[in-house]
Amino acid sequence: MKTSHLMRATALGALLAAASVPAHAQDSIYVSNNAYRTGPFSGSGTPIGDGMRDYFAMINERDGGIGGVKINFEECETGYDTKKSIECYEQAKSKNTVIYSPWSTGATLAAIPRAHIDKIPILSMAYGLSASADGNVFPWVFNPPLTYWDGALIMVRHMANELGGMDKLKGKKLGLIHLDAPFGKEPIPVLENLAKKYGFEVKLYPVAAADMQNQGSLWLSIRRDRPDYLYNQGWGAMNPTAVKEAIKNNFPIAKLVGVWWAGGDDDARAGGAEAKGYKSLSFHQAGANFPVIQDIVKHVVDKGKSLAPKEKVGENLYNRGVYNSMLVAEAIRNAQTISGKKVVTGEDVRRGLETLNITDARLKELGMEGFAAPVKVACGDHNGHHKAYVAEWDGTKWTKASDWMEPLKDEVRPLIEANAKDYAEKAGNWPKRTEACEKSS
Amino acid sequence: MSDVAARPAPNLLANPWIKAGLIVAGLIAAAMLGARLDGSGTLYKIFIDPFDQMAAAPDLLAQTIWEGLVSGVLYALIALGFVLIFKASGVFNFAQGIMVVFAALTLVGLHEKGVPAWLAVILTLGVMFLLAVAIERVVLRPLVNQPDIILFMATFGITYFLIGFGESVFGGSPKQMIADQLYLPKGAIDLKILGGLVSLQKIDIAAAIIASVMIAVLALFFQYTRIGRALRAVADSHKAALSVGISLNQIWVIVWFTAGIVALITGIMWGARSDVSFALEIVALKALPVLILGGFTSIPGAIIGGLIIGIGEKIGEFYWGPLIGGGIESWLAYFIALGFLLFRPQGLFGDKIIERI
Amino acid sequence: MFYREAGQFKSTYAADMAVFPIRQDRIGLAIILLIAFIGIPLIGNDFFITSVMIPFLVFSLAAIGLNILTGYTGLISLGTAAFMGVGAYACYKLTTAFPGVNIIVLILVSGLFSAAIGVLFGLPSLRIKGFYLAVATLAAQFFLQWAFVRVPWLFNYNASGAIEVPQRLLFGIPVTGASASPETRYFVCLCLVIVMTWFASNLVHGKIGRSWMAVRDMDIAAELMGIKLLNAKLLAFAVSSFYAGVAGAMMIFLWYGGGEAADVFNIRLSFNILFMVIIGGLGSLIGSFFGAAFIASLPTIMKFGLPALGVPMSGATAEHVTFMLVGALIIIFLIVEPHGLARLWQIGKQKLRTWPFPY
Repeated sequence: MKTSHLMRATALGALLAAASVPAHAQDSIYVSNNAYRTGPFSGSGTPIGDGMRDYFAMINERDGGIGGVKINFEECETGYDTKKSIECYEQAKSKNTVIYSPWSTGATLAAIPRAHIDKIPILSMAYGLSASADGNVFPWVFNPPLTYWDGALIMVRHMANELGGMDKLKGKKLGLIHLDAPFGKEPIPVLENLAKKYGFEVKLYPVAAADMQNQGSLWLSIRRDRPDYLYNQGWGAMNPTAVKEAIKNNFPIAKLVGVWWAGGDDDARAGGAEAKGYKSLSFHQAGANFPVIQDIVKHVVDKGKSLAPKEKVGENLYNRGVYNSMLVAEAIRNAQTISGKKVVTGEDVRRGLETLNITDARLKELGMEGFAAPVKVACGDHNGHHKAYVAEWDGTKWTKASDWMEPLKDEVRPLIEANAKDYAEKAGNWPKRTEACEKSS
Repeated sequence: MSDVAARPAPNLLANPWIKAGLIVAGLIAAAMLGARLDGSGTLYKIFIDPFDQMAAAPDLLAQTIWEGLVSGVLYALIALGFVLIFKASGVFNFAQGIMVVFAALTLVGLHEKGVPAWLAVILTLGVMFLLAVAIERVVLRPLVNQPDIILFMATFGITYFLIGFGESVFGGSPKQMIADQLYLPKGAIDLKILGGLVSLQKIDIAAAIIASVMIAVLALFFQYTRIGRALRAVADSHKAALSVGISLNQIWVIVWFTAGIVALITGIMWGARSDVSFALEIVALKALPVLILGGFTSIPGAIIGGLIIGIGEKIGEFYWGPLIGGGIESWLAYFIALGFLLFRPQGLFGDKIIERI
Repeated sequence: MFYREAGQFKSTYAADMAVFPIRQDRIGLAIILLIAFIGIPLIGNDFFITSVMIPFLVFSLAAIGLNILTGYTGLISLGTAAFMGVGAYACYKLTTAFPGVNIIVLILVSGLFSAAIGVLFGLPSLRIKGFYLAVATLAAQFFLQWAFVRVPWLFNYNASGAIEVPQRLLFGIPVTGASASPETRYFVCLCLVIVMTWFASNLVHGKIGRSWMAVRDMDIAAELMGIKLLNAKLLAFAVSSFYAGVAGAMMIFLWYGGGEAADVFNIRLSFNILFMVIIGGLGSLIGSFFGAAFIASLPTIMKFGLPALGVPMSGATAEHVTFMLVGALIIIFLIVEPHGLARLWQIGKQKLRTWPFPY
């Protein structure tokens, strides 16, 4: 019995050792991606995962990879569970991933301290820790194109635009429906600051994760308080429920604006015809009428290599996955240019991300003209605080309903620096940045 | 021999009701005193202000109570599934929540494959029946006579299996409930009463009516049919039921199938209110405080418990929640149930626990 | 043949009452410890240590805690995760308040806070029993989880609501924080778990453990025999929550390394730990280890191990298959042996005793 125990332990060890040996030849670049196609958040996670996957499949199919090197793209299923995401991180690390996409705020927060030691760049695209935009403190973490704090600012600007000027904000009420978790609470400090500055009032409506589909009393409070606008910082099953409840409670749906993560097609579709006018912030366009999406359809979807049904290609969250993959691909391409190597490492990709500069011309080359605003990341500014716009649900699809709006970078940047400093102080012995800035940028 | 349930709580006051009355009276006295002491302070906010609000906007109060009533009915539906199974087989069925999701997913999934809505309902019932048979054959029969906690554990195995199975067959993405195809009403009735607007969703009214009808049918079924009598006999005593020739296995299949029907109806109702996804599983946890409040073995208990919890948590969240930052709905139900339990440890309508040495 | 106690005579009561009265058991234990201390760090890579071994140790400790409550005292609790959370947040507050104090001491002290909260939520157990109590403990689960999000003092008013794990040294080597090596963290976990298991073993084999078991078997009878129910039940809650709290602190400080802690200690974790206890074996310390290995490590091993062995599975399918397999395995194990893996272990030992001549 004892020996069998020993054998079991050894076999287990051997098995696990085998699990994590980098088993692929050095002629490909390994990119790992967390996905959640299971669990309560799968409704939002599936289209994003499909978009990410299909873009790299298209790159491999059409261009033979990046710079002639195939991308070995692999998904790791997390079910939006932090424990599993840590396992995925460890696996990605042992397979020498060049980038880690956590796809949940919890997973990002858990990965940030590790990535500094393991030298793996994290790309948490418009989620995660807002303060990690400070590249001087977080050289390994990137969260372009904008943070939740920028999102809150754009929401306020949108309000002002509709009302006819910042001075009209006075005396108005803005309600924030948010998931009762770090992700949901991110915009609160910025909104409260702005409220003080412009004289409007912020009301908070927290939704516990267990009550995502049970928002009855919350909407009663909204009926009582009669806010002029509602900003929905929600994710997963919370969003369709919010849209339905808004319709049910006769809240003017055009005044309900979701953060970019509340802009799933399924979220809006839940409200039926009456959801027409529901809004959501966005930093890229929806729809399949872009050359890049057409290429994906041609090279991946039509060949039956996609997990997504064809009618879902080009939906808002699908395109977000494509956008994220594009950032990764561009960072790898950049890294190849800087390092002169074909098969780049995580450290090269970090440099590639730091010099990321996707101009309008480059977007056009990528087949993404008008798809997104230009993105530029700098050594100290790992976010860029780029433009976003307000998208509107027209009953069948998301359309662009406003101009690209610039967040007020000067409002956010000091907050980010202060918070980043605070984080580093509390963590104690937070490693000082030793990585040099690129000159070429 | 000692009768524990009848034994007073270790307290100076023998009768719990007197004690409760004294506590309430004390609270009210303290509140009035406190309100007098600080006109706008904490005590005022806790004890006076909410009632002021209720009086000032009776339409909102009516709406709150209505919302509570509807969610109470839906909690009661989930709790009913638990009670049916607990009564007949003594199993605390953790899988009831996932059965709700599974039933709703099967229905919607079949409809997506092109099956007409009503046929899909019938087919789903067939699937739930197969599930009941499978659970009885594979899980319950080999585990007969095991301690409760082992059976409880086994239902967790069922949950895991159904999550994996459901997701691999139907996929994880949320789906729209086929409410129109099932002729469920849409829209709302707006009543202009009490100086404001009270809006009643037709789907909620339908849910309340369907739930009541179903409960009535179940009650009649238990009361007047042969199988119903057999079920009650099994609930009273497994051994006695066996000795008069009732087949336990058959009864279990029937009970699990009935719970499956209840799960399907619950799934349709919840699905129509939000959407059909695995997140619904979490809502099923809300049925647990309803259960302990009403008692594990009582069908009227499940209904009344559901209503108390539903209305209680909505009113609590709406009027008192903002005082401590909101979101208290997630735990308030448990505290309400706990409060009742301290006076009646077996729930409001549960069987009296009699322990003998 | 090899596993037989014939010829081993006990000459003192102390020897007779020893936890491991058989010499072969002691040798076996020594071998297991040897593997744990030397073998695993040698053969295991970082992934194995951080994703399989450390979680296994943390969950084992939590399962031992719940086993004290459920297996030994017969009180079912579904609030274990919340008590673990109390330990984690207490440890976080303590490290920021007393940065100079040794982190191991703080981890242990944070268990005391958890114990206090546990006693508070254990009070209803004096009136409520069985599944009613189980559901009542859910009040603790949901209330505490709400508090972790809603009380900003608990996470030092961080804008992100997350807790950071500062770097702390032990003998000059970092044990917490990002720069602590997996091996160091593993050794710290292992030592804590061994010491606390040893302590628990002494507790349950002594007078207190006996009074708990009497309460479990029939609390009225135990009361008639002179056991104070109030003390016994609340002590069980306190000790159980203490273990849970230490496990929670270890979880955040030695495994997760900070992050969004409120969401980690959710109801699912509570259920999982209860299932570790049941699958492992109620009222058995070694069963807690088996249960933790089964419920916590098996899915991980299947998810990452099967593709490595050449079983082709994509992310989502693997997840579905894992769910179905674990579900089926739970049912199979319960049917084969309802008293848990610990009972299978005992039967195995019994068989080994008579092997190779069973008659």
